[in-house]
Amino acid sequence: MNRILLAIGVMALTTYIIRMIPFTFVRKKIKSRFIQSILYYIPYAVLSAMTIPSIFYATQDLPSAIAGTVVAVVLAYFDLPLIVVALSASAAAYLAMVLLPIILK
Amino acid sequence: MHLFRRGMRDGISIALGYLSVSFSFGILSVQSGLTVWQAVLISLTNLTSAGQVAGVGLIAANASMFELFLAELVINIRYALMSLVLSQKADASFRMPHRLLASYGITDEIFAVASIQKEPVKPAYMYGLILVPFIGWSLGTWLGAAAGTILPEQITNALGIALYGMFLAIILPPARKSRAILAVISVAAVISVLLHYFVSWMSGGFAMILAALAASVFGAVFFPIPENADAKEAEA
Repeated sequence: MNRILLAIGVMALTTYIIRMIPFTFVRKKIKSRFIQSILYYIPYAVLSAMTIPSIFYATQDLPSAIAGTVVAVVLAYFDLPLIVVALSASAAAYLAMVLLPIILK
Repeated sequence: MHLFRRGMRDGISIALGYLSVSFSFGILSVQSGLTVWQAVLISLTNLTSAGQVAGVGLIAANASMFELFLAELVINIRYALMSLVLSQKADASFRMPHRLLASYGITDEIFAVASIQKEPVKPAYMYGLILVPFIGWSLGTWLGAAAGTILPEQITNALGIALYGMFLAIILPPARKSRAILAVISVAAVISVLLHYFVSWMSGGFAMILAALAASVFGAVFFPIPENADAKEAEA
């Protein structure tokens, strides 16, 4: 019991310190244009690398993941709000899971 | 208050995605021998996905505290880079206590939404943006741990794609307007796919950061951003 609490403490503290040190102690603005450019692109690159290829495994079933991805890409392309895109992707994936087995039967 | 609410609104999609992921984390924790409240305590204090899954696996395997520390360090080191980016993005009103508090909530998704804001990020916005996903994450863990079988599997699986749908909604509109961003996200996606299929021993978090760093360096080399506004003011 106490061992598990200690383990949770170790996990929490390690994770917190990694996040806290750069955010709290790097207060100066970085001047280098090259580094600034890297920092500017990182969020987009992180999101892209997080999404692809993981999005195709996100529903545990490829056809429904493809359905969700297509809907998300089209709605995102037309600049719809984040929450609309997110929920529509889920709804499309769910419909594909339910309907595809019936249609393909 | 307005900023806080705007942060909460931006956090809703993240929270929905977290709900499904933390739901499966809750199920996994109980299967690994933890109690419901231990699982919830992990989510409350860690607020991260891969690190928590690895941690629960190590706890179940009776690993040493040093192994646990090392695993968390390797899996979560990507947050150091993200919090460095956010340190540059933080408004002057982000004083020490705010920084100490808000660091706790820097996750991949919260980072992504905060760092893409046009203006410098203020503490109130950040707290709203952290609070709603934090509730989703803890609530999902509790639901999964306490009642893993209540929701039909198809619904939890379908919710799993919500988060990625949101990511696409964040990156595609700017990519439409900027060829540089389009090039950077394409390079990141290609490297990520290559690492995923050809270097499959590499952990997901590490592969993601490697792909993102390589694509960002590519962007910095071929599409350097204009000199910053401060420099322009200084010249004027």
